[in-house]
Amino acid sequence: MTATLPTYDVQAVRADFPILSRLVNGRPLVYLDSAATSQKPRQVLDALRAHYEGCNANVSRSVHTLGTEATEAFEGARAKIAAFIGSTRPDEVVFTKNSTEAINLVGHAFSERAGDPRFRLGPGDEIVISEMEHHSNILPWQLLCERTGATLRWFGLTDEGRLDESNLDELVNERTKLVSIVHVSNILGTVNDVSAIVARARQVGALVMLDASQSVPHLPVDVTALGVDFLAFTGHKMCGPTGIGGLWGRYDLLLAMPPFLGGGSMIETVTMQRSTYALPPMKFEAGTPPIAEAVALGAAVDYLSGIGMDAIHEHEKDLTEYALKVLATVPDLRVIGPQTAEGRGGTISFALADIHPHDVGQILDAEGVQVRVGHHCARPTCARFGVPATTRASFYLYTTTDEVDALVRGLQRVRKVFG
Amino acid sequence: MIQVDDLYQEIILDHYKHPHGRGLREPYRAEAHHVNPTCGDEVTLRVDLVDDKITDVSYEGIGCSISQASASVLHQLVVGLPVTEALTRHDAFATLMAGRGQVEPDEEKLGDAIAFAGVARYPARVKCALLSWMAFKDALARAAEESNVGGTTS
Repeated sequence: MTATLPTYDVQAVRADFPILSRLVNGRPLVYLDSAATSQKPRQVLDALRAHYEGCNANVSRSVHTLGTEATEAFEGARAKIAAFIGSTRPDEVVFTKNSTEAINLVGHAFSERAGDPRFRLGPGDEIVISEMEHHSNILPWQLLCERTGATLRWFGLTDEGRLDESNLDELVNERTKLVSIVHVSNILGTVNDVSAIVARARQVGALVMLDASQSVPHLPVDVTALGVDFLAFTGHKMCGPTGIGGLWGRYDLLLAMPPFLGGGSMIETVTMQRSTYALPPMKFEAGTPPIAEAVALGAAVDYLSGIGMDAIHEHEKDLTEYALKVLATVPDLRVIGPQTAEGRGGTISFALADIHPHDVGQILDAEGVQVRVGHHCARPTCARFGVPATTRASFYLYTTTDEVDALVRGLQRVRKVFG
Repeated sequence: MIQVDDLYQEIILDHYKHPHGRGLREPYRAEAHHVNPTCGDEVTLRVDLVDDKITDVSYEGIGCSISQASASVLHQLVVGLPVTEALTRHDAFATLMAGRGQVEPDEEKLGDAIAFAGVARYPARVKCALLSWMAFKDALARAAEESNVGGTTS
């Protein structure tokens, strides 16, 4: 049976991804680990090659033709990416190597001596995150609180795997300087509606950052509609290459923030006494950036837009509904996270009896099924649900219901070996 | 092509389902706690010694079948041995695990542990097999340290 919309031609999409035709352990590859990294369509691989073959040169520093073409391609990608996430200003997009770097960049702006009061942070001040964060949205804030003496506070989770906002007004208060929350959980699949949190943050004058690593690849995301101040995303989870990601920030905030790394390209003028800095986004982009990767991420954005983020989202929602239904037929399988496709993405974590996820993943691998096992860089979430680790299947625009069926068959074999 | 049955040999599944020596016991001379940060597996392991002879290895932990079975085999292989001999077995097991499937295991030294030869061909799982063995070596080192300290102060 098929649960996908007749208008969405998943086979045509799959034909764009060369890797999907390979075998793994003698079986057709069933790639169910797109939350870790997505596969890359030919269009993106072609863009990488075309850049290196056609107009490779360093950016923003040459008058020659190649340099100009490379700069135009690089800045053109920035504009495409800005538009893709609903920003009208390309200069609000800072290229980073991934979401982790983007979050650290924002964390670095806060200090006890910050010139701008919005970034001044010391003892008595608070930063609020949640129990469903990836370690990349935990560690930068733990480190920042250690440096400044500020306090880190946490939204709890409901048993259903949703943010517990029942104490929102107490948790986000006059002492809060920043709320940094994951948009879509990489382990539970939960999609967080952050409107109430944003409204409360506005009341108390706190900034809001979204870790959108798992949302920008899968849903239409609009920074203006979300009303947040910062948004971090990464290219390799959205059909782009590794090594390129971004931070979107409101321009007035980027302007008020200190530079991150020091070096070439981020300066206005340098003397032996002191230096002044370039305007955002250059202020945050020291050194030669990942140019070809940025250009290829632009191609990825074109590719995703060509299919349509609404269509991709619908496809994944259908898959998730289907997967939740068939996974429920596997005895002793417990889905950790929302039990219905409402308000969740196509990332499903589960426990199978008391069989360790490593063993689950190993048997699935023998069947060609690639899933992620472990704590998914979200140990507090695992602890909240009383499991050391989970098995996680995650879908994307190229995933089929046949692949979900292969997962279920593999799980039956796991039960046989360890039952 | 590697067959997953090479990994999950009957001996391993047997030790996993019916572990030898599981549980933390008193008395003990030293304890070590090791974690596999990539998967969150943990083991707490205690050794007890009488006159340089290993009288008990007790352990508690969470982990996959490979890590649990390997702790059980460790218990089976080293309890009752002099420390030097146990360390020889440890080294033989570590060598087997580092061998990427190219090392011929010595059944005399390794007993049931030869079943782990297949694990060496799965680089991602070698750490699982070694977890309790590393904790064992660590606990022995701590026990030695303690007796040295005791020796100089008493």
